Amino acid sequence: MEQLKTIGRELAMGSQGGAWAGQSKEFLDLVKSIGEARSKAEEDRIILREIESLRRRIAEPDVPRRRMKDYIIRLVYAEMLGHDASFGYIHAVKMTHDDSLPLKRTGYLAVTLFLNDDHDLIILIINTIQKDLRSDNYLVVCAALTAACKLINEETIPAVLPQVVDLLAHPKETVRKKAVMTLHRFYQRSPASVSHLISNFRKRLCDSDPGVMGATLCPLFDLITEDVNSYKDLVASFASILKQVAERKLPKTYDYHQMPAPFIQIKLLKILALLGSGDKQASGQVYNVLSDLFRKCETSSNIGNAVLYECICCVSSIYPNVKLMDAAIEATSKFLKSDSHNLKYMGIDALGRLIKINPDIAEEHQLAVIDCLEDPDDTLKRKTFELLYKMTKSSNVEVIVERMIDYLISIDDNHYKADIASRCVELAEQFAPSNQWFIQTMNKVFEHAGDLVNSRVAHNLMRLIAEGFGEDDEGADSQLRSSAVDSYLRILGEPKLPSLFLQVICWVLGEYGTADGKYTAAYIIGKLCDVTEAHLCNDTVKAYAISAIMKICAFEIAAGRKVEMLPECQSFLDELSASHSTDLQQRAYELQALLCLDSQAAGNVMPLDASCEDVEIDKDLSFLINFVQQSIEKGANPYLPESERLGMSGVSNFSSPYQQEASSHSLRFEAYELPKPSSIPVIPQPFISTSTTDLVLVPDTTYYRENNQASKLIVGPEASSADAGIKLRLDGVQKKWGKPTYSSSSSITTSVEKTTNGVVAHQDGIRSHSRDTTYDSRRQQPEVSVEKQRLAASLFGASASKTEKKATMAQKAPKGNSTNAEKSSVVRSVSPGTSKDKTAPPPDLLDFGEPVPTSAPTIDPFKELEGLIEPASALGPLYNTVKTGGDKAQDLMALHMDTPPSVSRTSLSLASEGTYSTDKSSYTEKPMIAVKKGPNLQDALHKDATARQVGVTPTGNNPNLFRDLLG
Amino acid sequence: MIRAVIVMNTQGKPRLLKFYDFQPPEKQKELIRSVFAVLSGRPDNVSNFVEADAIFGPGTRLVYKHLATLYFIFVFDNSENELAMLDLIQVFVETMDRCFKNVCELDIVFNFNKMHAIVDEIIFGGQVLETSSEQVMKAVEEISRLEKSSNSISFVPKAVSGRFGR
Repeated sequence: MEQLKTIGRELAMGSQGGAWAGQSKEFLDLVKSIGEARSKAEEDRIILREIESLRRRIAEPDVPRRRMKDYIIRLVYAEMLGHDASFGYIHAVKMTHDDSLPLKRTGYLAVTLFLNDDHDLIILIINTIQKDLRSDNYLVVCAALTAACKLINEETIPAVLPQVVDLLAHPKETVRKKAVMTLHRFYQRSPASVSHLISNFRKRLCDSDPGVMGATLCPLFDLITEDVNSYKDLVASFASILKQVAERKLPKTYDYHQMPAPFIQIKLLKILALLGSGDKQASGQVYNVLSDLFRKCETSSNIGNAVLYECICCVSSIYPNVKLMDAAIEATSKFLKSDSHNLKYMGIDALGRLIKINPDIAEEHQLAVIDCLEDPDDTLKRKTFELLYKMTKSSNVEVIVERMIDYLISIDDNHYKADIASRCVELAEQFAPSNQWFIQTMNKVFEHAGDLVNSRVAHNLMRLIAEGFGEDDEGADSQLRSSAVDSYLRILGEPKLPSLFLQVICWVLGEYGTADGKYTAAYIIGKLCDVTEAHLCNDTVKAYAISAIMKICAFEIAAGRKVEMLPECQSFLDELSASHSTDLQQRAYELQALLCLDSQAAGNVMPLDASCEDVEIDKDLSFLINFVQQSIEKGANPYLPESERLGMSGVSNFSSPYQQEASSHSLRFEAYELPKPSSIPVIPQPFISTSTTDLVLVPDTTYYRENNQASKLIVGPEASSADAGIKLRLDGVQKKWGKPTYSSSSSITTSVEKTTNGVVAHQDGIRSHSRDTTYDSRRQQPEVSVEKQRLAASLFGASASKTEKKATMAQKAPKGNSTNAEKSSVVRSVSPGTSKDKTAPPPDLLDFGEPVPTSAPTIDPFKELEGLIEPASALGPLYNTVKTGGDKAQDLMALHMDTPPSVSRTSLSLASEGTYSTDKSSYTEKPMIAVKKGPNLQDALHKDATARQVGVTPTGNNPNLFRDLLG
Repeated sequence: MIRAVIVMNTQGKPRLLKFYDFQPPEKQKELIRSVFAVLSGRPDNVSNFVEADAIFGPGTRLVYKHLATLYFIFVFDNSENELAMLDLIQVFVETMDRCFKNVCELDIVFNFNKMHAIVDEIIFGGQVLETSSEQVMKAVEEISRLEKSSNSISFVPKAVSGRFGR
């Protein structure tokens, strides 16, 4: 628009007389002075002064109405500039009550701009809106409809709904149009409250006025998006309307730039695309009109191209038709060849849609696409990357990902960076031509966008390095690991690395840094210490680093070499021992303890390259039997299960709400809330003076201990006394203190449960709070499990053996000493993405002679355990049909024995924590828990082979990748 | 649906804001700032489309037009067509031009209640209502005619018209 002139402010103020009649001088002065403000601060000062003066003047009694209008407009202006003008809202509301149209309109304008639909003042306007909707003056009605659209929320819809529905039959078409749209808006707000009126939209589709018909298309589009099937009957009507519009049957006033009603055409095409999607019969009714449109569309005007683009979208969405496809491809190539960036953009988008139907189309336009990639226009570039992402195959993945990473480095928009990074990761995981390439790519992504990537990706990478890559070629694996170590040592020289990447580096260095003997332990430990010094790291990285150091020390000790403590390592250790984070402290102390061990013990604590091994759980806690016996001999009360304890309620009045709570949720771990005022009088006075005050005032830690004791598995003497205290307190108040007085969050349950073993009681209670890594991994679980469900659905029928494998993962989780948290987080949160990748291709199914190395898909172990019951029983009869031999079947059986179906979340974690504390109490228990790599791999392979035989067909979601990974 | 109509000048000062989902003033300020940051970084002769999911949430795009000292920006989601939105901006600007005869930034500043009236005639509750600038003009003119007849008091103080009549 050339007509929009740039005019100097001063000049304009003087010359443009009369053009903005209607505003007061003061307002003009305000705008002028803001326009002349030299800085943001000055502008703010002017506005604030203005607001102050308005606040004063608006509150004066008897402000003339037209003056008030001016004030309100100034307030709107101030709020547009981002200043709070809430003191004037009420005056705007008052203004809507005014009889004069200009004032009323100003009032409505102000309230629609000021108020949210749940603002308290809305209630004062509803009556006015109701009245205005019934007004004789259609402009008043329109103003009221506009306001209703903006201000009416779910609760207030019924108040105005009857009037709005009446307006659907208003003689003025503008009002009908707006009424339809208001109803649409209500539908968006709250579908339920207008659901009985939906038929009105269909009725209005036949309105005599094309404008009203056009307006109905908007709500219908929304309705059809939600439920395609109930509108299939309208396909013919829509197609015929579209035909009529295209044939210029509408009045000339609907033409826009020589196009007949283009916006209506576009809406209709969008609707038809939805209705025709995957429906051959419906699509058939659209073919004719579409080919007409392709012929008739003006490609010289912008709006003509808009319709053309919409036609392409429609063609790509409905049941394919060869002729229409050709027309669409032709139109697309015209877009791509155009000089206009807008059209190129549309072309790229259209191409992205068309290649879904026929991937070969892209090749023809390669050059155009590459041009767009080089274009200075960022939007176009992004759109092109989106297209590339859609057309990635294993043959072009290297090029595309390389391009993406280059682009990733060049931009600094974090949102988009994260987006691109996750796409790189996804493509690399799907189509990686080689593992070497995969690791390098991941390294690059981490280096440049590390903090923006999902931590799941990091775990995938660690897992991949740890597990090797499918084939049982240990040599290749170790070669890969040492190359990873090399590259990480090199990368550590970089000045700034994201924390997530540092975690990966620490873990890999700890696990494999010394594995190939190229680097000495001292060198790697030195590097690890450097990491924590050179980079500003958070506690998680430090935890990873100290664990890595511990692993290396353990490997050294196990190999019979002496570990020399480097001075920097010692100072790091000292720092951590004094850390505020109890987790770090714990790790530091564990390292110190480890250094005192002999070679065999150290080897057992930290077996070499055992990160992927299963950990067996002694769920009966049999190692505690001696301890229990001793305690009982010393006079402790024997353990009674909850149920039995409840049975004693008649005697000792144990059946208080607390105990019942305890039996259903196993433990309380949050401080009791202050007793509600109403319940205080019920508590007998004497008890308040003793235990209740105690209850209220005890600090958290003390409370933890007390509570733990109360529900200890092995009830000690002091515990019973605590019980007695509770019991006393509860007399007479049990009815008043119901469940609401405390709540439980099961995520912490495990950590408190730890203390029940009484070994590391007091420390653990606190430590649980700071185990970041564990919580990290927990937090990701929901996300993983959604994907998992999908995977599970696609693997229908395979659930039995899948769960079985997952069960082993669950056992694996609570592995070692202090690396427990770290490793389990690695193991647990690996995405199904890789696990999919890792499943061997179907041909291997029958190849039992040769064990196929497949990794167990690791998904939320707890979830899987819950589902174990059914698959296990379903699997039963199948065993008989297994031909390979008893040993394998037994293997499978054994697995189920290992993890009985009834293992629930809490009890599993209890068991795992049990092993944990055994580690602490005596290291010699370890061999039972950690298993050496060799035999275990064999086991895993057997399990896998058996599982397959029992009827698992790993539906490879990515056959390409399998080919690449497995040759 | 259309999420927002924004008019701002090339210094990032908002001239007209209309959000079809309520945004509190602070949020509006922030949105304006981030939109301006994106637009001011774009060279001339590139496309008029920007993906705005970082600013307005997933799936949103914006179309802008840079005219004289102003950016006209429409924010919308994937139920609208980019090219069509570009034409809607055209309709908007054409209407303003008919309304003010050679429209410039100051017209918009001083008449922003009229601007709102125009936008309300073109877009209603986030949906396209009218795309013919003639029709919009008619509606707006009728409003001002009725407003005048219903209230004949002149709102322009003599001093102001005198001052600008020079």
